[in-house]
Amino acid sequence: MTALDIAREVRSGERRARDVVEEHLARISEREPELHCFNLVLADEARAAADEIDRTVAAGRDPGPLAGVPVALKDNLCTRGVPTTCSSRILENWSPPYDATAIRRLAEAGAVVMGKTNLDEFAMGSSTENSAFGPTRNPHDPSRVPGGSSGGSAAAVAAGFAALALGSDTGGSIRQPAALCGVVGAKPTYGTVSRYGLVAFASSLDQIGPLGSTVADAAALLEVVAGHDPADSTSIPGPAPSLGVVLDDGVEGLRVGVLRELTEGAAPDVAARVEEAGRALEARGAKVEEASVPAATYGLSAYYLIAPAEASSNLARYDGVRYGLRVDGPDVGAMFTATRTAGFGPEVKRRIMLGTYALSAGYYDAYYGQAQRARTLIIRGFEAAYQTHDLLLAPTTPTTAFPLGAKTDDPLAMYLSDVCTIPSNLAGHPAISVPYGTGADGLPIGVQVLAPALGEPVMFRAATALERSLGPSGRERGAP
Amino acid sequence: MAGRISRDDVSHVATLARLRLDDDELDRFTDQLASVLEHAADVASLDTSGVPPTAHPLPLANVLRDDLPVAGLDRDEVLAQAPAAEDRRFRVPRILGEAP
Amino acid sequence: MSATASATDWETVVGLEVHCELATATKLFCGCRNAFGDEPNTNVCPVCLGLPGSLPVLNRGAVELAMRIGAALHSQVRRSSFHRKNYFYPDMPKDYQVSQYDEPINVGGWLDLPDGTRVGVTRAHLEEDTGKTTHVGSSGRIHGADHALVDYNRAGVPLVEIVSEPDLRSAGDAQAYVNELRALLVAIGASDARMEEGSLRIDANISLRPTGTTTFGTRAEIKNLNSVRSLKRALEHEAARQAGLLEAGERIVQETRHWDEAAGRTSSMRSKEEAFDYRYFPEPDLVPVAPDDEWQAAVVGALAVLPAARRAQLAAKAGVAPADVALVVERGLDHLVEAAIDAGADPRLALARAANEVASDLAAGLTLDPGAFTAVLAMEAEGRLTATQAKQVLAELLAHGGDPSEIAAARGFEALAGDTLALAVDAAVAAHPDEWGRLAGGEQKLVGFFVGKVMASTAGKADGRAVTALLRERLGSGA
Repeated sequence: MTALDIAREVRSGERRARDVVEEHLARISEREPELHCFNLVLADEARAAADEIDRTVAAGRDPGPLAGVPVALKDNLCTRGVPTTCSSRILENWSPPYDATAIRRLAEAGAVVMGKTNLDEFAMGSSTENSAFGPTRNPHDPSRVPGGSSGGSAAAVAAGFAALALGSDTGGSIRQPAALCGVVGAKPTYGTVSRYGLVAFASSLDQIGPLGSTVADAAALLEVVAGHDPADSTSIPGPAPSLGVVLDDGVEGLRVGVLRELTEGAAPDVAARVEEAGRALEARGAKVEEASVPAATYGLSAYYLIAPAEASSNLARYDGVRYGLRVDGPDVGAMFTATRTAGFGPEVKRRIMLGTYALSAGYYDAYYGQAQRARTLIIRGFEAAYQTHDLLLAPTTPTTAFPLGAKTDDPLAMYLSDVCTIPSNLAGHPAISVPYGTGADGLPIGVQVLAPALGEPVMFRAATALERSLGPSGRERGAP
Repeated sequence: MAGRISRDDVSHVATLARLRLDDDELDRFTDQLASVLEHAADVASLDTSGVPPTAHPLPLANVLRDDLPVAGLDRDEVLAQAPAAEDRRFRVPRILGEAP
Repeated sequence: MSATASATDWETVVGLEVHCELATATKLFCGCRNAFGDEPNTNVCPVCLGLPGSLPVLNRGAVELAMRIGAALHSQVRRSSFHRKNYFYPDMPKDYQVSQYDEPINVGGWLDLPDGTRVGVTRAHLEEDTGKTTHVGSSGRIHGADHALVDYNRAGVPLVEIVSEPDLRSAGDAQAYVNELRALLVAIGASDARMEEGSLRIDANISLRPTGTTTFGTRAEIKNLNSVRSLKRALEHEAARQAGLLEAGERIVQETRHWDEAAGRTSSMRSKEEAFDYRYFPEPDLVPVAPDDEWQAAVVGALAVLPAARRAQLAAKAGVAPADVALVVERGLDHLVEAAIDAGADPRLALARAANEVASDLAAGLTLDPGAFTAVLAMEAEGRLTATQAKQVLAELLAHGGDPSEIAAARGFEALAGDTLALAVDAAVAAHPDEWGRLAGGEQKLVGFFVGKVMASTAGKADGRAVTALLRERLGSGA
């Protein structure tokens, strides 16, 4: 059952929200101990919220467009009075005194929160193995990673623990786990969804986005949380994009470019799926050819200078003074160091140091400065490609899900999993991962559709077309 | 771009970031950071003369709010989160050195 | 100022960095109240506490006041952006300060001192203030403290940092600069600039060089200056300290020094080179601010009607010092006095009557007809009314309105003297040579024209027939 199906039935009174929640809670109690999607399951709260929805429906009032839909929230999204740990020891016992804007809008839409999902610590990682509270496992094969950093959210949707989830994407952290778990995951145009209440990793790259089992579900969730927010100075003026109404418009006449630089490094079965996707779009009237953005090959390097630099500054506030973990010391400086040393895991420390170095006196121009100039070249490269194409097609990630522990000793190898997703974050452009069959190992593969800034409508149209091309059995192929 | 990042460099940035590393960590992090920075050297070779840096992916400007008071947080709620509080304020160990 | 009894004549070179808290209702990036003296931690929110997930939104009022400061200092308002200045300190909620670095809102400018010295201004930019720390322990001072307490009410309050060029040449100059700047900030409504409340803070940079040379010497920065008096004492002390070192052939270390008011000396805090690597980078959570021409013009316009500008304008017109017109401007009577002076009234008399008699019934005074006011002043200046009589006429005008001449006549005050009438006729003739020529040429009806002019200039006191007689006299004599 899709999220939209649930909402329709709950709104019409055909089904009780409470029953929907109990169904999902049953699935959680069965497989959650094995998968560890959640840092915190909010069973009682979910039941109470569902009961409230049912009362609203019974009273003849509008319960909202996503009434009764179970939703999972990445644990770096501030939820008032509910722990928001970012899967870090330094925030292990912290509850924010306020809700993120996206969370508030979700509540107004009638969605029911099932819990806070696991992530790589402070969203830094591609496998959810950097969580201070243990990894999440891929529902398709629990010996493998679900991807990251929104691994908990992607796995929760794939395992049927929630119909929808919110994640965050800074270098691919929604799309990559979506691909590895066989669900839909989208990163909108930068500024589309308010970042107020999203614990910052890299401010010029972060975006909140939807995960769901279908394109239409993801679109519906995005419509609810998107739109201008005066509390976020980087928020695009204007309302949320209208997506539901255009999903069925098809791809007739659209010019699609298969992005060479991102397809080159993919595993053969992944590359094959991308090719198939191209043919499917062609069969539906799109014009498909090869496209090239040479500057995209610098994306990984530019990202691993810019993102850690911003992160090193964003994470300075965790000093033990006002909230979170404190490890005492003889003076405040010693307290800062003891707290941060105990509170942060190795990947977070690595990126903080990398970022501090990239910004430090004497190195700024060569590292951070140069990376921001490279970023301009990447943006120009995409703008040029979008002169002759409406959309670009690429793998979401070079391989299917790798085994737990396979890349934890080699940070650089781990960083390479982001090579297909990073360019869209640097450019601020939207991109979506659509489940598209399986690899030779039977594990899910995701295909990525990229669009220019504010190109969500055409992007979701193409994603829908791809989803349809698999047929009903094809969609189920992605489910565990 | 600068030469290979050294153990001293890593030690220096760790201090700047208020992190303490033991010798093993110092060695390991130096290797790992060096390898990431070596990979990032391709960015160094790019000709970016005349190319402006991207500070924001969005071309927004003049986002302002009116100078009108808005209710804030309740003090008790704020101090309840504090690791240590005293006399309505956040308590910290003694501070050596003045602010810049 | 130069150090005495030394082999070299040393010139003191001083530059000042002045931070002022802006008089906005709310903080720079959030809607918390900007108020001094409130209960600790009662004006806080997720933004100014730097809670995870919080984001800044720029206060329009702060930008307005920053622009006003720039306009008052003759700076150029520029498109500006924000940077993060990264360092750890417990009064910093985010452990970085949002400030402006290479794109400040105001660039260049100057401030003139009372003695005519022009002090250059390098820049004036916006930044956020920190919280306040109190050291608790033995002496309450930073050394020997046991622990510290932090109040974040002040965190996020808008500041403008005004950086002067190193144009000051003495401790006295520096004092004058601070006093003038403080008065300006208050006059334009940008800040209440009270050093004792911390809404004005000063750091001084001082170096010496042999008089007559142009290369700057190594400078030291002095902090912890809590009053203008401290500033003067500290600069004098530091100049002497540096002179002593230089005389002994030693080099000055570029460093930050702490002024100890009680001990009367500066001591080294740290070397300015080594201490802090701020790792400035553009603030990704804020977008640039580029005030358009309309907004800039509105700021300059608002400045013109501010008290300081009005004082300056009236003082110039009256030929007196701005301080002498302060009361009149404060009462809002400057336009009245200006109109009177324009119509020929004696400036000092106009100021005196406005500040005293008119101001005593301010509500009426603000709508007092300038022509009537001018007429009374003229009658007093010409001796047709004594001072007491003039005050009575003014009081009557304020209470009931009316015509000054009629009021004077009704009270039996002096009528128009003959000489005065002759002078008025001569003045009217001189003022209208064309008409006089035509009257002399035979246009009889212009007699009425001149009678009207004399009536007007004597506020109706003249006898029409007497005027006509005088005119015929003039015509007859061919004058």
